[in-house]
Amino acid sequence: MTTINLPTILRQHTGGAKKITASGRTVGEVFAAIGSEYPKLGEQLTSPDGGLPIFVNVFLDDEDIRYLDGLDTVVDENADITILPAVAGGR
Amino acid sequence: MTVRLAAGTRQQMLQHAYDCHPEEACGLLAGPVDGDVQRVFPTTNILHSSTNYTIDPKQHLAAIRAADQEGFEIVGVFHSHPHTVGYPSVTDVTLAPDPTWLYVLVGMEEYGSPTVRAFRISDGVITEEELEFEESMT
Ligand SMILES: [Zn+2]
Repeated sequence: MTTINLPTILRQHTGGAKKITASGRTVGEVFAAIGSEYPKLGEQLTSPDGGLPIFVNVFLDDEDIRYLDGLDTVVDENADITILPAVAGGR
Repeated sequence: MTVRLAAGTRQQMLQHAYDCHPEEACGLLAGPVDGDVQRVFPTTNILHSSTNYTIDPKQHLAAIRAADQEGFEIVGVFHSHPHTVGYPSVTDVTLAPDPTWLYVLVGMEEYGSPTVRAFRISDGVITEEELEFEESMT
C-alpha cells in the first residue's frame, strides 16, 4: 500500500481524511485505485487528455513525477505520494 | 472575521517582498486549520517575474513537511505586487487554489510604505479579512 498525502482542498472528497492509502504498480495505477474508491477525488487527478492536470503537482517521496516518468512512474511499496496544488498568480 | 498572525510574520513577508523586488515575492503560510497563522515560509518565485508568480513546488513540499512536524497545515499564501496596489488581480482570483486559504497581498505601489492586506477568494468572490498581528513577546 502507498500512502497518499492530500492538501486541504482535496480532503472534501475523502470525508476530511488527510492521508489515504491505495495500491498500484505506477502512480497512474494508484490514481486509478483512488478513483474507484473516491470518484470525486479521482476526477481532480485526471485531465481530459489522460495526463496529469496542470494545476496539480505530484511528488513521489522527494521527486516531482513530472521529472520522472509522470503517471508511468513506478511506485515502490514504501514510497509516499504527496499531492499539492500549483500555487500561482499574477499582477 | 479577524485573522490573527503570530509576531514576526508581517516583518518576514515584508522582508521577502523587499528582497525579491522588483520581482514578485511569494511564500506559504502555516498554522492550525481555522487558527492563527503561525509560520511564514518564503519561497522562490520560479517565474522570476515582476508581474506573475509560481511557488517552487519542491519548496511547497518542504513547507508542508515542516508544518506537519508542528501539527500545522498550509493555510494560505502571500505574494507581493511590486509596483501596484495589494489587491487580488484577475489572475490571482482565477488561479486561487483553495477557498479556505488566506491570500495575503503585499502592495508596494509606494515602495517605502507597503501595505499588507488579506483576502479569501471563493468562487471568484473576493472578501477582505481583518488582520491582527500579535505583539512580539521579546
Ligand atoms: Zn497578485
